Amino acid sequence: MSTPAPEAAPGTSRIHNIGYRSYEGPRLGRAYARRSLYSQSLRGAYGLGRSAKSKVLPMLLAAVMFIPALIMVSISVYLEAKTLFWEYTQYAVFLQLVIAVFLASQAPQSVSRDLRFRTVPLYFSRPIERVDYVLAKYGAMSSALFILTATPLVIMWIGSMLAKMDFAEQARMFGQGLVSVAVLSVLYGGIGLVMAAFTPRRGFGVAAVIGVLTIPYSAVSALQGIAYATDNTGAIVWLGLFSPITLVIGLQNAFLGAPASFPAEAQVGAGAGAVYLAVILALVAACYGILMRRYRKVGL
Amino acid sequence: MTVIATESLSKRFPRVTALDRLSLDIGPGVTGLVGANGAGKSTMIKILLGLAPATEGRAEVLGLDVSTHGPEIRERVGYMPEHDCLPPDVSATEFVVHMARMSGLPPAAARERTADTLRHVGLYEERYRPIGGYSTGMKQRVKLAQALVHDPKLVLLDEPTNGLDPVGRDEMLGLIRRVWTDFGISVLVTSHLLGELERTCDHVVVIDGGKLLRSSSTSDFTRTTTTLAVEVTDSDAHPDGTGALRAALAAAGVALHDGVEEGLPGAGHILLLEAAGEETYDLVRDTVAGLGLGLVRMEQRRHHIAEVFRPETAQHEEAQAR
Ligand SMILES: Nc1ncnc2c1ncn2[C@@H]1O[C@H](COP(=O)(O)OP(=O)(O)OP(=O)(O)O)[C@@H](O)[C@H]1O
Ligand SMILES: [Mg+2]
Repeated sequence: MSTPAPEAAPGTSRIHNIGYRSYEGPRLGRAYARRSLYSQSLRGAYGLGRSAKSKVLPMLLAAVMFIPALIMVSISVYLEAKTLFWEYTQYAVFLQLVIAVFLASQAPQSVSRDLRFRTVPLYFSRPIERVDYVLAKYGAMSSALFILTATPLVIMWIGSMLAKMDFAEQARMFGQGLVSVAVLSVLYGGIGLVMAAFTPRRGFGVAAVIGVLTIPYSAVSALQGIAYATDNTGAIVWLGLFSPITLVIGLQNAFLGAPASFPAEAQVGAGAGAVYLAVILALVAACYGILMRRYRKVGL
Repeated sequence: MTVIATESLSKRFPRVTALDRLSLDIGPGVTGLVGANGAGKSTMIKILLGLAPATEGRAEVLGLDVSTHGPEIRERVGYMPEHDCLPPDVSATEFVVHMARMSGLPPAAARERTADTLRHVGLYEERYRPIGGYSTGMKQRVKLAQALVHDPKLVLLDEPTNGLDPVGRDEMLGLIRRVWTDFGISVLVTSHLLGELERTCDHVVVIDGGKLLRSSSTSDFTRTTTTLAVEVTDSDAHPDGTGALRAALAAAGVALHDGVEEGLPGAGHILLLEAAGEETYDLVRDTVAGLGLGLVRMEQRRHHIAEVFRPETAQHEEAQAR
């Protein structure tokens, strides 16, 4: 005969006296968990499903991003203009600081929180794997940026039709604009998440993201200015490879019908454009690889 | 049926051997995994979840090999880490619903199971408030809830009583007991306090420096050491009643402890002896009667597992408990 199994501490069993129901329903597994994490993170980037306070900044930034397009469209329709006065491909470049602030505020909330509060092991103790987590977070951040940057283009396109502009031309330019902001979203999303994933402390991530987007851009602009002033126009195109936004500017100038917007109206040719594309792809791949490495140890 | 089986399982880090050829066979019920800091408890759990590869040997959880069936195991198992893992700015409900979906539960089921599970762990109105404002005890309950929400077959609880006061500790241990008795979910629970698992577990595994020290049911632990404390009065015929009883019992072949304890004032001493079973009780009673002594008391001393364990660790445990 053995000692009977010890019983629950008296008192506790009375408090929790509700029958336990087991779960016999479906378990949707890994792909579903990845989709759920993606949609939760995407909604989270706009503060949805979070506190009222968390909605303020992303919603405000979205408004700042959309309002110029609405104004431009209203004026164009009113004046019955033949073309919109901003190119589709220029819109995100003009408002790059708004995009940077959005990314700097939302990338840390997407990944740094999980690291800071050590929630990551809870994900990896479930069917979800490292690659699912990284893909869901990366996809969600890029999608959030795409919504932010593509919505004004949609507004512009609708406006162009209301103002009865040339449909085929507008559709082509709108398409090129969408490709451009898609590239920007994937590139920025990766850079923002990498910076945030290495700065779990509150505040540091914001500064790191803003820094990596603006400091290289200022440096590149300054150097391009010097190259222009010293008649080194050949260098202007190559200098553009060294900051995220000038990478997008160069790429769309080469392949997406965007006007030259470097100093001296330096044109990015197809050859240089291919280099731009290669650098962008390499950066995106590097961001993905770095994120995968970042989470290798965290599960343990 | 085997819930967890390991065979010569080893985990070596560059500097330390966290697990050293550990072979275990754990059945359904509540199992305690006990060891001092750095004994390898958390390492063991990570291997069982398929999150860290073993250096050598093999392990199976619910009949699935950890090296090849990690995702399947993690779908059927719940895990409560030893460290904090809760974001302070969301409510327990939101957090547990999200974790339920990460375990593959459809949205409606995730919400329903979250409400049930939080009630079962004893969180009511507070579950709508941000976790940041919770007490340590409430946070531990949320951590337990996220491990249970998908109705696993087994939960791995890493030091769930960490940081709790004695009342919170008892409540948590009671809850853990119910996870098995009421929910039918097997439990592997780690602790560095051997004593606290005695009441909660059906089976205790003691490891030290990654090596298996002992693995047996809690009833074994205590049964092998059942000690009887006997106190008798003196009589005119036997001015030293205790001494006379000691001699008589020794002659009858009863295993006696060397020392005697001080008894009640004026009532002589307490004799400690090993009880082999019912017969010993009868023998003691008859012997006392035969000597014409008065039996003041005869009671079972249920030993704490700590006493069976290495004295070094027992001291450590006392220090921790203080
Ligand atoms: N990733 C790692 N790299 C190197 N050594 C490690 C690693 N993880 C654990 N160890 C070492 O392995 C040993 C066992 O660690 P483990 O965390 O499993 O112990 P534990 O029993 O859980 O201890 P505690 O009671 O402190 O939680 C320790 O000596 C620890 O330092
Ligand atoms: Mg541990």
